[in-house]
Amino acid sequence: MTINQKDIEKIAHLARINISEEESATLEVKLNSIISMIDKMQEVNTDNVEPMSHALEVTQPLREDKVTESDIRSDALKIAPEVVDSIFIVPQVIE
Amino acid sequence: MDWDIVIGIETHVQLRTNSKQFSGASTAYGSEPNSQACLVSLAYPGVLPVLNKEAVNCAIRFGLATDAEIASRSIFARKNYFYPDLPKGYQISQFELPIVNHGKLSISINGKEKEVRILRAHLEEDAGKSLHGIVQGKTGIDLNRAGTPLLEIVTEPDMSSADEAVTYAKKLHELVQWIGICDGNMQEGSFRCDVNVSVKKKGDTKLGTRREIKNLNSFRFIKQAIDYEVNWQIERLEDGEKIDQATILFNPETGETRAMRSKEEANDYRYFPDPDLLPLEVTANMIDKIKLSMPELPASVAERFEKNLGLSSYDASELTANREVTNYFNNVLQFECSPKITANWILGVIFSQLKEKDISISLCPISPAQLAKLIQRIEDQTISNNAAKKVFDALWQKPNTEIDLLIDELGLRQISDSGAIDQLVEEVINANINMVNEFKSGKEKAFNALVGQVMKASKGKANPTQVSEILKKKLTI
Repeated sequence: MTINQKDIEKIAHLARINISEEESATLEVKLNSIISMIDKMQEVNTDNVEPMSHALEVTQPLREDKVTESDIRSDALKIAPEVVDSIFIVPQVIE
Repeated sequence: MDWDIVIGIETHVQLRTNSKQFSGASTAYGSEPNSQACLVSLAYPGVLPVLNKEAVNCAIRFGLATDAEIASRSIFARKNYFYPDLPKGYQISQFELPIVNHGKLSISINGKEKEVRILRAHLEEDAGKSLHGIVQGKTGIDLNRAGTPLLEIVTEPDMSSADEAVTYAKKLHELVQWIGICDGNMQEGSFRCDVNVSVKKKGDTKLGTRREIKNLNSFRFIKQAIDYEVNWQIERLEDGEKIDQATILFNPETGETRAMRSKEEANDYRYFPDPDLLPLEVTANMIDKIKLSMPELPASVAERFEKNLGLSSYDASELTANREVTNYFNNVLQFECSPKITANWILGVIFSQLKEKDISISLCPISPAQLAKLIQRIEDQTISNNAAKKVFDALWQKPNTEIDLLIDELGLRQISDSGAIDQLVEEVINANINMVNEFKSGKEKAFNALVGQVMKASKGKANPTQVSEILKKKLTI
């Protein structure tokens, strides 16, 4: 598998980042070298290996279902560019 | 041409917890905007999610209730997309290894049982709410809901009509409330369905391309949306066009569906295991503990009602539609009332009153003990069934009145003194010789008319069975 300029454009859009043409060219080389390393790893037979999702052999601690957080609006809303009646106001999104 | 309809449903069930899925912020509905947006809900850098134990318990309860496999190890994953009501830029969900797999839920369609397979149910978090119209041309964001625990329940495409889909949704809605994992409040968004619809030529084995109708929060909308969508798809295919996979919205005002997201962007969520959360382990011990606290399931209660109490399957399933109704029914039965009469009263008179007043049975002003007393007075023939309805209406107005007092106050006590009835019958016979002759010449109808006359003479208080018996005896001498 190889990555082309179109893929980079798509990935950049999905991540909402702007990439210049020069950057994109460098990225293509870098990403393809990563992909080729992954291709190499793909050669290993993993049929009987359980996929690893975490490096540590520990499991998730659970939290008691208790309300421990208080209202921090006065601080949280302060840094927002626009607020009306404690509601964040953002550019319009329409589905 | 004939078409097969194929429907699968994904339901987002808000779990009934006090705090959020991954933080200790409150999940209460209707609070001041953003007052429950803690640092985790706001996606501040450096915060770590810590899983809510109760949400895990809820998922296990659901797994047990649907005879599913509960995974001893499940994994949380990031579902990446950008939307302002999701400040992290990803939703924490479960992807490859969900907590619940391969369950089933039985629904009854025209008296026939059908099994809907549940492919999986996974834990995830809700997004915040986008609000429109606060500032012209802008969107408002309230993050109180962000992080609320959800269980997403996904079926196989096992339903083949809008009615089946609605029946499944209702059944699931009853079940999640019954086992106490969801408050079921659809107006508040506690139970929302995404419905996948496709059609194929009758008998084809290959499924058609599906379109997913998002976020339906009423059973009526589910039905309307499916009906509209099925017609739309069939018309299109019959016109020789093809269906593109799409996410669509239902507009309740027009009853139409319309596409929401373009195809190329759909479903590019780039899931990967969330490094902030470790594998979730569910031990046999945890499951056993929860088993002990599980209520008997509605299907089993209904079966018991049919077998042991002789109720019809319809009555049994209506009486087990929610736990409050079942408890009410059981509480009346404790007073040794006839199950059949009790079922008729609850499903008839009480349900119609509750519906008219738009309240649930927990707010019924008439207690099970009072209903039991009323039924006993019918059974011991103190009052007729009709009189009992009058007593019931009066009782609804004055809930704490003693039933016997009320019967006397309304003058509804039935005359069962055969001497008194005998006399009334005698009078009516003498006053209606014509009718008596008609009866004797073979007109059966005249008999009922005579019974009616006696009832009228008694102001409705005579025991109708006794009246019939005495009248028959006198006329056939």
